[in-house]
Amino acid sequence: MPRPLYHIALTGLNATDSPGPGMGVIRSLKAAENFDVKIIGLSYETLEPCIYMRELVSKAYQIPYPSAGMEALYQRLQYILSKERIDVLIPNFDAELFNFIKVSDTLESEFGVKMLLPTADQFESRQKFNLYNYGIKHGIKVPYTKIVFTTSELYTLEQELKFPMVVKGKYYDAQVAQNMEQIWQYFYKISSRWGLPVIIQQYIQGTEVNVCGVGDGCGQLVGAVPMRKLYITDKGKAWAGVSLKDDRLLEITGNFVSSTRWRGPFEMEFIRTPDEEYYLLEINPRFPAWCYLTAGCGQNQPEMLVKLALRQHVPPRLDYEAGKMFIRYSSDMIVNMDDFERISTMGEL
Amino acid sequence: MKLKKHVAISDSGFLFNATTGDSYSLNPIAAEIIKLYQQGHDDQTIIEYLVDNYTVDRNTAEKDLQDFCERLIHYKLVE
Repeated sequence: MPRPLYHIALTGLNATDSPGPGMGVIRSLKAAENFDVKIIGLSYETLEPCIYMRELVSKAYQIPYPSAGMEALYQRLQYILSKERIDVLIPNFDAELFNFIKVSDTLESEFGVKMLLPTADQFESRQKFNLYNYGIKHGIKVPYTKIVFTTSELYTLEQELKFPMVVKGKYYDAQVAQNMEQIWQYFYKISSRWGLPVIIQQYIQGTEVNVCGVGDGCGQLVGAVPMRKLYITDKGKAWAGVSLKDDRLLEITGNFVSSTRWRGPFEMEFIRTPDEEYYLLEINPRFPAWCYLTAGCGQNQPEMLVKLALRQHVPPRLDYEAGKMFIRYSSDMIVNMDDFERISTMGEL
Repeated sequence: MKLKKHVAISDSGFLFNATTGDSYSLNPIAAEIIKLYQQGHDDQTIIEYLVDNYTVDRNTAEKDLQDFCERLIHYKLVE
């Protein structure tokens, strides 16, 4: 029986030292059991490595930065869709998701492009500054968190939290502060870079464990693989990791999806304390860069996502092989100046 | 002493805790002891086994096994 060929567009092509998930998603889709794929890459920068990986990406188009807004994105996608068929679109960055969520209905009705994304409400309510209340609502422990908008709120901080504390930007960045001096320092540094509010959270001692999963939007967890980082770069990114068999973590993840009716891919980041309690640190509304591990241990979640987006029946598949490792590597590609010129001047390659 | 559900040991004595992702390299006697526990043997039987198969007196075998078990507890490898 011939395998269908799906045209998949995706972002996150920055396979750099702080990698986007694109390459992991593409490699998983290339390994799909039931279909073949043609990959259309959507990039923001001209030096995103996957643009030049012809064996992975058939055609690449630049798209406007998220700050340009929804209309600019829609217009660019209209152009791309005049050249390419796109069956499924997989955005892989937090910062772009809001715009993609807003244009998703129009893209489907006008062009038949399908996406499986969290709803705008799901996307907003799990933001770092809402996470503490989100955790209370859905029965998940989250370290005590204070949302700080002004420096005056820092004076009373020690009445509510104990040192060490974690100072976080609203989108990225986290620093552990051992005293008030560091709190002030990190507050200014992070707020000047990422804006306000700044999140100050109780530090929890333990081991970080993450889960990569997919929810079907009806409360069913379709796939989930927990992972522990074995090697972390100076940017805090996993360079190696191992899949875990953690029944309690899977139970928490299942409850989260059931309670929130989460739609689409996600990564949950937890701290497991020595007493085996789990504290949720973050929910990323997209696949993590390490998602190829899910395919590697027998649960190809990007493949599941494409089928769900295409409204195909995907039975939950929660079995996977624990003890599978991923080890990332970096490599130099040789690229012709012509290619760089084309993506730089024409915005496509 | 019962090892946790997701603790596995290879023939070469490499022990992997699939719940935590921690791994340990065991020497051949430690690996033998783990396998004996996995087969359901109790402390007394294992001490007998050590005395019968290695040049060790009963008191030393008992003490060493206790030390080893404390380490297994410390690393949360047992129920």
